[in-house]
Amino acid sequence: MTEKKMAATRDAYGKALVELGRENPNIVVLDADLSVSTKTSLFAKEFPDRFFDMGVAEQDMVGTAAGLAAAGKIVFASTFAVFGSGRAWDQVRMTVAYTRLNVKIVVTHAGITTGEDGASHQANEDIAIMRALPNLTVLVPADAAETEKAIKAAAKFYGPMYIRLSRPKTPIVTENFNYEFKIGKGVVLREGKDLTIFACGLMVATSLDAAEALEKEGVSARVVNLHTIKPLDKELIVSCAQETGAVVTVEEHSILGGLGGAVAEVLVENCSVPMVRVGLKDIFGESGTPDELLVKYGLTSENIIKAAKAVLGRKK
Amino acid sequence: MISNEKIKELEAIAVKLRRHIIEMTCAAASGHPGGSLSAADIITVLYFHKMRHNPKDPVWPERDRFVMSKGHAAPVLYAALAEAGYFPVDYLKTLRRVGSSLQGHVDMLSLPGIEMSTGSLGQGLSTANGMALAARLDKKSYRVYCLLGDGECQEGQVWEAAMTSSHHKLDSLTAIVDHNKYQIDGRVEDIKSISPFADKWKAFGWNVLSCDGHKIASIIESLEKAEKTKGKPTVIIAETIKGKGVSFMEAKPLDYHGRAPTSEEEEKALGELCQVKEIKP
Repeated sequence: MTEKKMAATRDAYGKALVELGRENPNIVVLDADLSVSTKTSLFAKEFPDRFFDMGVAEQDMVGTAAGLAAAGKIVFASTFAVFGSGRAWDQVRMTVAYTRLNVKIVVTHAGITTGEDGASHQANEDIAIMRALPNLTVLVPADAAETEKAIKAAAKFYGPMYIRLSRPKTPIVTENFNYEFKIGKGVVLREGKDLTIFACGLMVATSLDAAEALEKEGVSARVVNLHTIKPLDKELIVSCAQETGAVVTVEEHSILGGLGGAVAEVLVENCSVPMVRVGLKDIFGESGTPDELLVKYGLTSENIIKAAKAVLGRKK
Repeated sequence: MISNEKIKELEAIAVKLRRHIIEMTCAAASGHPGGSLSAADIITVLYFHKMRHNPKDPVWPERDRFVMSKGHAAPVLYAALAEAGYFPVDYLKTLRRVGSSLQGHVDMLSLPGIEMSTGSLGQGLSTANGMALAARLDKKSYRVYCLLGDGECQEGQVWEAAMTSSHHKLDSLTAIVDHNKYQIDGRVEDIKSISPFADKWKAFGWNVLSCDGHKIASIIESLEKAEKTKGKPTVIIAETIKGKGVSFMEAKPLDYHGRAPTSEEEEKALGELCQVKEIKP
């Protein structure tokens, strides 16, 4: 296997924000005392007048973002995923989603790969609770390369968004494929006919590894990068299900209500096929290194392979 | 110095707003008369004297902004917008009806003239801060006003926002608290005391003013003082009576927070809220 380039999605975010800030004086960035971690500090350094650190006050941050957006600004508001989704959920609901204001909630440190900080800082429910909000576009870019595209697309897109990034360096995989990043359009990264693996975030890279291993065992797995959880690419999901007859979903998130839940909703109404969800089994995380935790909580290539075999066994 | 004539004019408008509040909540058989009535004089002064705004151009970039953080007082805001000409007065009777733009709690997407959706208490001041910060970035001189309830000040986010206002020296922002001393389950002081209230705002770095929330001249004086105060935001603690203007609602402030008047009660109330015409000799 070739040495993969590694980069952190949050670094790509920080860089992209600066580039956007240079192009558009209307972009304003907020943070909640986590600017060095979320990398909004890069924007803050270059554009101190357009950066507001709201301190340890995420609800206030979201409300302030809404007010700035109401007055015509393009607002990026950042913190850790647990706080941007959980602590400020009602504020996102009522002053961003309900109002359809141009606020992008870009969170980092999603999932168990937050690592050593432990459960309080590991968001494993955020996709579930954010996709439940009307008018909110939910993106989970697969890697740093895609994150840059997603952030730039976000700046052009008028409306509420939730963008989920992570803490560690993760493999860059999307650069090897030639596709245009389009909000709402899933991407087939690897063709296959025996089953489809739908993945998001850093699990896309893991899914590609799993597919390669499966091929050696004679199983042809299609891998799809669903970077947009909402609006979901229903057409692609259904056609993949129709063509391959079995589905595995993979996410750094609970198996309840996230990518797996979203895909299941589409399949059950349109093309019911055997499906297995790979993710956290309705459990809180804990302290550990990101790599240790991914293994301990089953977010591994081996587990995806297991899931693939299980689902193939149920195919009629 | 405000003329007596102007005061009488504004008092007459306030009576109109109170009548609308009673009529629209009765028609809807739903809504929040008590806390709308207590704010009627404040809203009158803002929309018919103090604020720069244009009903013919609700998105005029230089307009002053008003955030109704106590979003359940929507009836008084709707009444003011209608009387100001943002939409026909006749439309007020559709309050809370399915399909109406007059949503139960203030909704910025449904009506011209509404700056922010509210209803989930404690959020308005944060959004008002955002608008004031935007004004500064854009080097515009519009003012931002935010009306809060006193019970609402039990929400933690209000104080997060208060810290922001003072930290950023948002002197273009004026908060007004409708200090009617009652919330839903009882007196504010009995449920969760907010006293010493003025001291709290002072401690958070605000300029604190007090006014009689039912005397036009007192409200105007405070707003003018607030505008002149530089370097810190101002909060005007307006002493008010829940249900003001309707005797039986004033007598039972707990009964009329979220209960609309019946037709009988409407008749009684309107009888009290009559326009007195001056008899010229």
